[in-house]
Amino acid sequence: MEILDRRLNPKGKSLPNRQRFLRRAKALIQDAVRDSSAKRDIRGADGGGEVTIPMHGVREPSFSLGDGGLREHVLPGNKEYREGDEIQRPPGGGGGGNGNEGSDDGGGEDSFRFVLSREEFLELFLDDLELPDLAKRRLAQLVDPAFRRAGYTSSGSPANLSLSRTLRNSLSRRIALKRPKPESIAQFEAEIARLEALGDPGEEVPELRALLDRAMRRSQRIPYIDPIDVRYRRFEPVPRPVAQAVMFCLMDVSGSMTEDMKDLAKRFYMLLYLFLQRRYKQVEVVFIRHTHEAKEVDEQTFFHSRETGGTLVSTALEEMRKVVEARFPPSEWNIYAAQASDGDNAAGDSTRTARLLLEHILPAVQYYAYIEVGRDGEHGMPGFPRGPTDLWRTYEQLVVAGAPMAMKRVRNRREIFPVFRELFRKRGLTEEATA
Amino acid sequence: MSAGTLTPRPQASEDRLLYQGAEWDFETLRRIHDACEEIALGEMGLSVYPNRIEVISSEQMLDAYASTGLPLFYKHWSFGKHFAQQEAMYRKGLRGLAYEIVINSDPCVSYVMEENTATLQALVIAHAAFGHNHFFKNNRIFKDWTDAKGILDYLEFAKNYVARAEERFGESAVERTLDAAHALMNQGVHRQRQRRVPDLRSEELRERERRDYDAARFNDLWRTVPGKTQAHVPPSEVERRRSLLQLPQENLLYFLEKSAPRMAPWQREIIRIVRNVAQYFHPQRQTKMMNEGCATYTHYRILNRLHEQGRISDGAMLEVLHNHSSVIMQPEFDDPRYSGINPYALGFAMMQDIERICEHPTEEDQEWFPDIAGCGDAMPVLREAWAEYRDESFILQFLSPHLIRKLRLFHLSDDSGKPALRVDAVHDERGYRRVRQALARQYDPAWTEPDIQVVDVDLSGDRRLILEHRVLHGRTLEEKEARLVLRQLAYLWSYDVLLKEVDPTTGAVLREHAVSPPRD
Repeated sequence: MEILDRRLNPKGKSLPNRQRFLRRAKALIQDAVRDSSAKRDIRGADGGGEVTIPMHGVREPSFSLGDGGLREHVLPGNKEYREGDEIQRPPGGGGGGNGNEGSDDGGGEDSFRFVLSREEFLELFLDDLELPDLAKRRLAQLVDPAFRRAGYTSSGSPANLSLSRTLRNSLSRRIALKRPKPESIAQFEAEIARLEALGDPGEEVPELRALLDRAMRRSQRIPYIDPIDVRYRRFEPVPRPVAQAVMFCLMDVSGSMTEDMKDLAKRFYMLLYLFLQRRYKQVEVVFIRHTHEAKEVDEQTFFHSRETGGTLVSTALEEMRKVVEARFPPSEWNIYAAQASDGDNAAGDSTRTARLLLEHILPAVQYYAYIEVGRDGEHGMPGFPRGPTDLWRTYEQLVVAGAPMAMKRVRNRREIFPVFRELFRKRGLTEEATA
Repeated sequence: MSAGTLTPRPQASEDRLLYQGAEWDFETLRRIHDACEEIALGEMGLSVYPNRIEVISSEQMLDAYASTGLPLFYKHWSFGKHFAQQEAMYRKGLRGLAYEIVINSDPCVSYVMEENTATLQALVIAHAAFGHNHFFKNNRIFKDWTDAKGILDYLEFAKNYVARAEERFGESAVERTLDAAHALMNQGVHRQRQRRVPDLRSEELRERERRDYDAARFNDLWRTVPGKTQAHVPPSEVERRRSLLQLPQENLLYFLEKSAPRMAPWQREIIRIVRNVAQYFHPQRQTKMMNEGCATYTHYRILNRLHEQGRISDGAMLEVLHNHSSVIMQPEFDDPRYSGINPYALGFAMMQDIERICEHPTEEDQEWFPDIAGCGDAMPVLREAWAEYRDESFILQFLSPHLIRKLRLFHLSDDSGKPALRVDAVHDERGYRRVRQALARQYDPAWTEPDIQVVDVDLSGDRRLILEHRVLHGRTLEEKEARLVLRQLAYLWSYDVLLKEVDPTTGAVLREHAVSPPRD
């Protein structure tokens, strides 16, 4: 009998199987993930979670007997039945109060639920999204040297001493030069001691002494570790693309923006944040809100405090330009900006806004997204019967002229995910979707 | 009895206790194992493979679930699916984890969870390391069909082979083959011993023997006796082909492995792996009820004995009984929790019933079981039953009227041609034998699994593979599933496949499913 402790064995032995399963059921799970993400609240957006997928997509078929024909059951717990009694078939076929025989492993269920980890969830959710091409070009250009292991060197700082490599060299040198092992010296000594204890200093003892002497001298002459053994780990600098990004959230907080609208905007920012977080090690967030004047604020204030005043979009852009100049030089940061507004802008501000965007903001950022939020049903029928808003018109002209920015309208919570996906959809898919 | 004789008893039993409280360490496990061994081998006369007890965490237990309980297995998405399912249910608390998993191998490996209390470990060791272990080692079907010594090495080989095939031929190609093989897994077992393909030497020997026999018996007189002239009929083309391909063949995977025309060698090996694993599990499916009954009876007896000897405390015994009774819970058929007959419940009840018949038989028992009634010691009878029977024959032999009454079993027949279900037999004098027979059939693979065989291949024509399902009681296959499986079969065969559902009594074809291999 033996008892073994296997608790320290690696866990997650079934992880490869799980990955295979996720890959197999990818399309189904992706649908499920999108469905479930539409129902999530902001805080839950980055957690993992339970998804339900239809069973038929991942079925493992096997021959089984169908419903027809004569079937026999032996059941326990008879109460009042006598031989020859007839029992009405329960509606919907079935086997007379008997659980369906075929479903011994739950194979009869038509859907099943399981839990995805946060990583898996985001991976699937953001799977076919990508940062626009512009970002990639910039990423490749921007460099920030980092150090990488690159073999061994014979000189270096003691901190980088590679013990195993040094001792390996030492060992091979000692073997090559036949340095006597401490055990063999000990053996000689023991042998001499034994013979002397016998009190018989025959011919062997002086012979052994000579051998011992030679071994001692040899081991002194051949050092255990020689300077030529010593090796250090070598590091070499490699250029590494900048892995930091800053995200600007611009929002109109004038009286016309309701809480609902802000909620929509917040969801959008949240997704963008998650998305950037997956692409960059470090993501900074800057919140700028504006009425007729703009201010950089913290998150709480950004979403929850109210201001009154007119609406001057250009102030926010101006503020952003200042922050970029002061803290986020475009050569070192990947800059993303998302603006949310209900589309109102003071009549005379359009030209200024357009000019600021074209000359200062767009050249500096990787991507600029504008979402226009409206209240569900506010304008009656779908579409904007009221016509495009001031800001929309202004931006539309820029986009038509080829400026690298994207704009979308969102009116309901449900639309946030599709809109977000559309903004970041991989090239090639876009044409397909619009076709 | 004076107070003086009573007081030392708890003190004495305190010393004898194997453990106290719920905590345990490896020394405790060893003590428990040794105590159980003493009773199992000494008093019950069991004979077991050497035990190996492995302590694992609950996460590892979940992992083990996913690969059908085997410690190492090749990788496939379906195991990931099962894992996800199990995990979701476990997390929600819908289902607890098994306390143990035991592998039919030599040495017999039992996995026990670290979360178990000391009492549970005792229960698990008695149940798995002695009950199941004895059954694995002694039951005829296991002895004949599985190789306990080789299984772990074979699994290791299978795992590495599949991994290497994935590297060389791509994960998706391997997955495709495994999918197809898994779909046919239930049809991938030999149910009878295979006819051995004769080798040249034995053929020659047989031929010589036959000639000698003819020579010894030769009498020229027979030539003169008038009779019909024997025309030597050459075996027809069909016969020749069928014998070449060893048809009819019920083991579809075996047939494909040997005869599929366009499969790559690595695919044949993968089919073989799936087939061997299916064959390894085949005895377990035929003996599930007995195996659990044997293990449950064993743990019940061992732990009761330990308690009698004062080696586990009263509190521990209550914990044992609580667990034991929830394991053998059998809801009645109209209970919402009912989901078939609980193999633990029926198995344990039958073992106990045999014990009762042997030790305290009634007149009825004398009449029904004259061989064993009142023989005094149940263990030899049980040991023989555990060795020589499978579920179906065990029920047919040992289910007593007493137990049928106790479980109030009744037999219901459900003929889709009739408007109502009919109660065919209940627990009365007229019904015992019929109930018993019907219950035995529920455990007989020949009745519960479709009988599908390869009957012919159109070798000279379009190489169409022809299968036959011999339909019992008009129970045809579930159409949608059957087509899905046939598609997988056609993929492996690479040509058209036709499945005929035939009524064996009249020979009439009830249904036909024709499937072409997927084009890609």
